[in-house]
Amino acid sequence: MEMEARVSTDVLESAGIPQRRLLQSIVEVARSVFGAAATSVMLVDPASGDLVFEAVAGEGERHLLGSRFPGGTGIAGWVMVSGQPLVVDDVTDNPQFARDAAESTGYVPRSIMAAPLICDGDCIGVLEILDRDSRPRSDLGDMASLGLLAIEMATVLEVIVQLRRSEAERAAAPRTGHDLSPLLQRVAERLPRADEKVGATVTRLLMMADDLLADTLADGDG
Amino acid sequence: MPASAMPEERFDVSPLGTVTPDWAWGGANGSGIRVCLLDSGVEADHPLVGGLDGAVDVIADEDGGLKVVPTDPVDNAGHGTACASVIRSVAPAALLTSVRVLSSGKTGSGAALLTGLGWAVEQGFDVINMSLSTTRTDFRAALRDLADSAYFRRCVIVASAHNMPVHSYPWRFPSVISVASHDNPDPMTYYYNPAPPVEFYARGVRVPVAGLGGRRILTTGNSFATPHIAGICALILSKHRWLTPFQLKSVLYLAAENVAVPDGDGGARVD
Repeated sequence: MEMEARVSTDVLESAGIPQRRLLQSIVEVARSVFGAAATSVMLVDPASGDLVFEAVAGEGERHLLGSRFPGGTGIAGWVMVSGQPLVVDDVTDNPQFARDAAESTGYVPRSIMAAPLICDGDCIGVLEILDRDSRPRSDLGDMASLGLLAIEMATVLEVIVQLRRSEAERAAAPRTGHDLSPLLQRVAERLPRADEKVGATVTRLLMMADDLLADTLADGDG
Repeated sequence: MPASAMPEERFDVSPLGTVTPDWAWGGANGSGIRVCLLDSGVEADHPLVGGLDGAVDVIADEDGGLKVVPTDPVDNAGHGTACASVIRSVAPAALLTSVRVLSSGKTGSGAALLTGLGWAVEQGFDVINMSLSTTRTDFRAALRDLADSAYFRRCVIVASAHNMPVHSYPWRFPSVISVASHDNPDPMTYYYNPAPPVEFYARGVRVPVAGLGGRRILTTGNSFATPHIAGICALILSKHRWLTPFQLKSVLYLAAENVAVPDGDGGARVD
């Protein structure tokens, strides 16, 4: 089977952070696998219920990131209702789907495939494929592939959410942590007066604590 | 699973020699059978739906819980309307009721699903179509209890199997009939699966269904295979009103394309 590798590097370069590059690479793979006009990942904004574009390949990739549309309608709504991968063909015969898709991507597709992104038991978004090509393939095989890609994407999103959470916790730590200055000051004052053996032990403990902090911070920065 | 890959299922000892597709549903139209559709709602006046017997919605109550209230027969997403049209195409005289468990088509909640299913079981519907599932494990035990209650009350739940490697419910429960897709275009052809948890494969590829606004579209997915089996259950029950869920599932098995003898002259396959 001939397959054209289409990876638009300008989008990857502008993505900036490794997590976003990973998301982008998955939608690029999905687009290549299905020979699709466009692929996208949309996540649910819990506050509004809107779907927000997190990664786009193909039609709309230059302007859609971060844009949003109401959740619960169109095929994205179907996927969130059923929690299952779905395909709708002959979309152009259905003004609703065509309009929804056109409003969100600026492109009117003939067919849409979509699968839920399930993270920790919740449907947090939708992976969507517009106009897969006409190469001979099994419809059921396409559905299975789409489901596997959605699982991969959801796993990546889960990791990203965890990373963002730990980054946020780390950023918040100095504001909530204890002020150790008085303690360190007291140790510095008492250490010269301590017995030689006790002094050596305390010094070794302080050096170990310093090394541990240095290693941890180096890992976090990497 | 492609129709070409369906395994032949031998049934070496069968005292039920007369159970054939014709015995099971020949001449039936679903008349008198109450079918409940748990979904996004139904556009009742769609020509492919042809009206509803009732429509209710699961909404928040004053105490922060959920309650079931009568509603207009509408569907913001369209998924329920599509499924309703499949049931109607198979069992044209069945009485359809819509239970909207996902208002506005948002992500919904397992709680609304539980409330809607509990109401449907309480109302004693003959068949409940669930082209949906929940992946929330904290609802698993309560859903299983409800599915068991339905089973013992002669209320058959027909549920979409999940075709992604995730844990979801209620389709995995033995007390329900679980359905995935085959690619044969005949709406009355279904297959028994000897390797559960999926029990039956029904038409689920490029299925002509109702689209919102009176339109027609082609859809693919287990969501649309499930109402084929729900419709066939309605046909069988309208002809054999006495069947329990266990017996109904047995009849489905015996009349499956890969189990029943071709031409229907001798019951289940014994070769």
